[in-house]
Amino acid sequence: MKILVPVKRVVDYNVKVRVKPDNSGVDIANVKMSMNPFCEIAIEEAVRLREKGAATEVVAVSAGVLQCQETLRNAMAIGADRAILIETDVELQPLAVAKLLKAIVDKEQPGLVILGKQAIDDDANQTGQMLAALLGWGQATFASKVEVNGNTATVTREVDGGLETISLKLPAIITTDLRLNEPRYATLPNIMKAKKKQLDNVKPAELGVDVTPRLTTLKVEEPPKRQGGVKVADVAALIDKLKNEAKVI
Amino acid sequence: MANLVIAEHDHGSLKSATLNVISAAVAIGGDVHVLVAGTNASAAAAAAAQVVGVSKVLLADGPAHARLLTENAAAQVVAVAAGYSHILAPATAYGKSVAPRVAALLDKAQISDIIKVVDADTFQRPIYAGNAYATVKSSDSIKVLTVRGTAFNAAANSGGSGAVESITVVNDSGLSSFVSAEITKSERPELTAAKIIVSGGRGLGSGDKYREVLTPLADKLNAAMGASRAAVDAGFVPNDYQVGQTGKIVAPDLYIAVGISGAIQHLAGMKDSKVIVAINKDPDAPIFSVADYGLVGDLFEVVPQLAAAL
Ligand SMILES: Cc1cc2nc3c(=O)[nH]c(=O)nc-3n(C[C@H](O)[C@H](O)[C@H](O)COP(=O)(O)OP(=O)(O)OC[C@H]3O[C@@H](n4cnc5c(N)ncnc54)[C@H](O)[C@@H]3O)c2cc1C
Repeated sequence: MKILVPVKRVVDYNVKVRVKPDNSGVDIANVKMSMNPFCEIAIEEAVRLREKGAATEVVAVSAGVLQCQETLRNAMAIGADRAILIETDVELQPLAVAKLLKAIVDKEQPGLVILGKQAIDDDANQTGQMLAALLGWGQATFASKVEVNGNTATVTREVDGGLETISLKLPAIITTDLRLNEPRYATLPNIMKAKKKQLDNVKPAELGVDVTPRLTTLKVEEPPKRQGGVKVADVAALIDKLKNEAKVI
Repeated sequence: MANLVIAEHDHGSLKSATLNVISAAVAIGGDVHVLVAGTNASAAAAAAAQVVGVSKVLLADGPAHARLLTENAAAQVVAVAAGYSHILAPATAYGKSVAPRVAALLDKAQISDIIKVVDADTFQRPIYAGNAYATVKSSDSIKVLTVRGTAFNAAANSGGSGAVESITVVNDSGLSSFVSAEITKSERPELTAAKIIVSGGRGLGSGDKYREVLTPLADKLNAAMGASRAAVDAGFVPNDYQVGQTGKIVAPDLYIAVGISGAIQHLAGMKDSKVIVAINKDPDAPIFSVADYGLVGDLFEVVPQLAAAL
């Protein structure tokens, strides 16, 4: 079985982004870019499934600017066998990404697609579910445990009240949550090896997909600033403040 | 214009997040209908009909919805979607799973996690862990939205007079099936609806210490209990305790952060709380920059003192 893992290049999770003075967006010029952490977890899971013998090939795919090649090299350094870049400078929204990925799925015919549950830039949490809908496949979001057995995957999901386990008929879509695994560090030899792995390049038009955005961002603003308050000397002072000033207890 | 709210429920009653979504639908304007897709769910439908602002409840009552499987829920929404200008779901694990599936089946974009209705086409939502707010306009004929509960007041759950209409239930998709659930049992208020939250981080050191130190305080305050990702990853508490960008978004009257450093991903989930208290031994911890009241000290001394003094 082949596993397809879509990965996204995002502003590194350690960077605190700034809103541009003209409110047109956030300033991402010259900030550190990395693979979205949830996508890293997805790659790691796919590689583990291959190492366990549940899969034969792991293909990473990314949609976006040319620099996404770095993200794909990183995915191959973790262990993906090859990669596909869907190259475009157009701003991609989740529905468009899902359509691009559907075109790749139609070509590659994977038995499983593992995606991150959300990207930490737009925090949309949509692409996996949309891809599942377009393909008519089952989906398991927020996975914290995955087992593949023949034609089914058993997935434990992090839901609001705790955990839920469901069984999916393959092919299917899984999206990863934080506790699924801890991605390995790419070692230097694996980084070197990744440079020689196959990386194909396609354009949205070649896939026959219209990626025109449906949503327009009118403005991006700073959220209201929360004022830091005071430090209190001791427990008695804290209780006094909560009772008499904030009146919350 | 008519809005369809996808109810989150447990067949017998509505989940409180549904009430916040109904408020968002009322803010958009036009009729508000609620879809209850469940099994033996007439009680949940009756509860939805009582909510102020709801004119009609669509009840899809049948075996396909016994386990609230996403594929069946989405198909049910799509079956009734024609005629609605807006389809809204709570930004909960359930709503986040169903809504994008609905949107793609309808070939519509989705706007996730709205925090403000600007007009019927335009909504505000947080991006980058809440470090920026984007105002987004949709050109689609049907707007699919998920709603951040903390940004909208709960609609009144009695006094309404909606009509309940039964609709044809979809067939089971056969794509997924329920195996088991491990639901955290707690007598405490639900995290996202609690007035007071006591939340613990890595500073607690272990699950035993988390419970030993924080439970008496939470008991005294009748508080819900939350945690940072580090505390969940280390196994101190179950996953559903996690507050943050990728966990639960909360906005209680009082949030007490104990042994939590205040990483942006954590702040994203709690910085809209009315009053924030931070207890941390590091005077430079970032959590103090958002705390109304900071107490620098060893949590193992301070928290028991606080619980005893209340
Ligand atoms: C993709 C991604 C998503 C994430 N999502 C989330 C999320 O949703 N929620 C979340 O919380 N985090 C999230 N994180 C993790 C986040 O970046 C931080 O690592 C995490 O919040 C840190 O948890 P903490 O504050 O408990 O631990 P630490 O940062 O280790 O802080 C522990 C604090 O305890 C204090 N302390 C220690 N001992 C004592 C004592 N005896 N008395 C008083 N104080 C003491 C220390 O001074 C320190 O400030 C995410 C990270 C990534 C990459």
